[in-house]
Amino acid sequence: MYESSRLHPALRRALAGAGAPMLPRASLRPLGVDAIDRALGGGLAAGRLHELFPREAGDEASAMGFAVMLALRLTGAAGPGGPPLLWLREEAAQRRAPLHGPGLADLGLDPARLVLGVLPDVKALLRAGVDALRCAALGGVVLELGGNPPLLDLTASRRLSLAAEASGVTPLLLRLRGARPDPSAAQTRWQVASAPCAPLAADAPGHAMLDLALLRQRGGPGGFEWKVEWDRDAASFRPAALPGARLPLPAGGYRPAVGGDDGAGDAGWRIAI
Amino acid sequence: MTAPGTPAGASPSERPFGASRAHGAGGGTGSRIPGRGNRAGERAPAPMPPEPHAWDWDAVSPERPLVFIEKQQGAFRLHALDADALALGLAPGMALADARARVPGLIALPHDPAAEAAWLEWLADLADRYTPMVALDPPDGLILDIAGCAHLFGGEAALADDAVRLMRGQGLRVRHACAATPEAALALARYGSDDGGESDSSSRALRTAQKQELPASKGIRAPAQAGAQSPAAVRSRPGLLPAQEHGDGICSLHAGGRGREGNDASISLSPQETAALRALPLIALRVAPDVRHALRAAGFVTLGDLADLPPAPLAARFGATLVERRDRLLGRIDSRIIPRRLPPPIHAERRFAEPIAHVGTVMAVLGDLLGAACAILAERRQGGRRFAARLYRSDGAMRDLAVETGRPVRDPAIVLRLFDERVETLADPLDPGFGFDIVRLAVPLVEALEAAQDRLDGARDRADDLAALLDRLAVRAGPRRFRRLAPRDTHMPERATRLVPVAAGDCPGWDAPEPGEPPLRPLALLDPPERIEVIAQVPDGPPRQFRWRRGLHRIVRQEGPERIAPEWWRRPEGHAGDPGLTRDYYRVEDESGRRFWLFRHGLYERETDGPDWYVHGLFA
Repeated sequence: MYESSRLHPALRRALAGAGAPMLPRASLRPLGVDAIDRALGGGLAAGRLHELFPREAGDEASAMGFAVMLALRLTGAAGPGGPPLLWLREEAAQRRAPLHGPGLADLGLDPARLVLGVLPDVKALLRAGVDALRCAALGGVVLELGGNPPLLDLTASRRLSLAAEASGVTPLLLRLRGARPDPSAAQTRWQVASAPCAPLAADAPGHAMLDLALLRQRGGPGGFEWKVEWDRDAASFRPAALPGARLPLPAGGYRPAVGGDDGAGDAGWRIAI
Repeated sequence: MTAPGTPAGASPSERPFGASRAHGAGGGTGSRIPGRGNRAGERAPAPMPPEPHAWDWDAVSPERPLVFIEKQQGAFRLHALDADALALGLAPGMALADARARVPGLIALPHDPAAEAAWLEWLADLADRYTPMVALDPPDGLILDIAGCAHLFGGEAALADDAVRLMRGQGLRVRHACAATPEAALALARYGSDDGGESDSSSRALRTAQKQELPASKGIRAPAQAGAQSPAAVRSRPGLLPAQEHGDGICSLHAGGRGREGNDASISLSPQETAALRALPLIALRVAPDVRHALRAAGFVTLGDLADLPPAPLAARFGATLVERRDRLLGRIDSRIIPRRLPPPIHAERRFAEPIAHVGTVMAVLGDLLGAACAILAERRQGGRRFAARLYRSDGAMRDLAVETGRPVRDPAIVLRLFDERVETLADPLDPGFGFDIVRLAVPLVEALEAAQDRLDGARDRADDLAALLDRLAVRAGPRRFRRLAPRDTHMPERATRLVPVAAGDCPGWDAPEPGEPPLRPLALLDPPERIEVIAQVPDGPPRQFRWRRGLHRIVRQEGPERIAPEWWRRPEGHAGDPGLTRDYYRVEDESGRRFWLFRHGLYERETDGPDWYVHGLFA
């Protein structure tokens, strides 16, 4: 005890992680923000289970969005070319809040790449998840679950994790509707909340801004917090801009006709239509 | 799987006795009476309650005549009778009151045509084991086209005997005949002479069996198929039964193509067959009663009297239908049955001398059959999209298993795995009971499938893997559970996304968003939109704050309105009527950074005085 407490912190971390299999460098997918990638030891591990929680009930859409963004980072391809993504939901969730195709496209995921599985219960969902994770043709599997179902125990998450390690498909366990973190075999555990975005001209809401907290990381440090913005066009996260910054008007945005007599044509107005 | 309307284990030995009677009255099993005899008291029949479920099934007794009644023009009339009732001189069509006056102990039950039809369907499924070409002749006949099948059972006579034995096992009294055309077989079975009748004792036993298992309204007429060698065999109905319409079953077998040669349309009948047909009464023609009476008045008694008359004068006097019916009966016109379902393009089956009672063995046999079917598919350069297995249990129960695939396949291992999944996930597990004696596999849906070249590096095709995965998942969870998102050309957000089968290939692509634009559409829509209380500076201005799910949200940033007009063309009255309310959508963000999609329902003062507000979607 005495000796170990005097070990160098880095060495101690390395020893702590020695039990877990070392991740090959190639399976780490950087998220695009240096601070996060450093904390993750190079990037998010593909083929490992990652758990995403919303901070509050109102942040569920942000957590769903984060799952889409992570899936895009993990498959490394925006646009139509990427491998298909399987999203498993419970029937009740899909009935109450169906996924909106244009909204997915607005985050950079071509909805045609998405296969939506609507399952009747948790058992069917977990079973389909394990089956899907064995199929290397998928780019990722999002398992959306509400609350803390008794079926989703350490064994179930371990099963998901093992299936993922064998195939290299990354499961994203999206825990919504009042879920509390339980012991699990997840590689990382994230807490997601929406954050005020960098406004566009005329105080229009801008790109998705998220408050991320890395609650826990297997064999690594946890407890970090970052504020990141999702850059859809680059399919990448970027650090949040400083508060108060006004982003320039996008090239394809709405503008009044140039040469209007009010002289506001080039002033970066964003006309609401 | 058994046909609808029949109890799960439809064998006499397995059918529950007292229990099913209570709830069977109102449903599809209505007019089937399970064996009685274990019932104690002999209560009097219930008077005449109007509700079918109120009928006193317990009153049914083997010692008392049983009739089925039907309401015709406000009066209850006998529809079908059991042999005892017939023996007492009752007849179909008689008023129930008259019958009651003659036979006080009569038991009358409501006639249930739906149950009868379902029962006939089930019997047709049962007869499926002889030939895929089975047609119904409602209300109580089956026609089997056994052309090319008879040799599998040791000849037409042996097949007919086996079929009759099978049907009797279900508690039916059966008449059957074989003939060269379906009409002839049917006519011989229904109206043929009663020569070669069974002994009195056997007929008595038969009647008892029928009475126990089957209300008199369900006969099976085994369609008579005139075998080539066998005389136009008409298994006589028991002597006690007059030739009433409903009374016993007819099962006619007909050997479709027998004797058909070249392009000659006529069918050659054996002399015995012709003689039997000629001896048939005129009712076998199944022409309208007035035509029949006219024929009768003209002195015709049997079909033979009409057989050699020239068609033209006959048609002029009695109508062309008569001539056509006559020619069909006598095999002068080639006719075919319309089977209940088309024989599948590919099928394979295996029969066992001893029933196999082990599910693992059944699956192994299914694997063999799949191998055979897939070899045929490979020869034809096709792949199956649907595979259906039917397991025939030795006691007559049937079980259907079917799997579908998203793309054509002909790899037996893949399909067998799907079948394994199917068996595993059956809500009602596969019960071998006394064992299965036939396993049949059909491939009802095939599509072209060219042989594919494996990749040189040995890597598997991703699309194939995905299709196999989705097939497996669909077998377990249900076919409509896994879908793809496809766009729909509409401005209404709730209609913009539709779910299509994953294999559907003709979907338009999604529009890519403008580079640099923020998300303009929410990730998840609320269905239905949730109403909120909104405070705005002016009634038609942007919202300032709103209350949603008990939380107060102060709006910091907003963009809008984006106006979406109602789709009046989807309304029944079109533009002229009420087109619906226009929506003004706002993208808003509250002080904690949550982004919502709100809309005001209706234009202020133009469409409504107090427009409501709703949350329609949530942004990431």
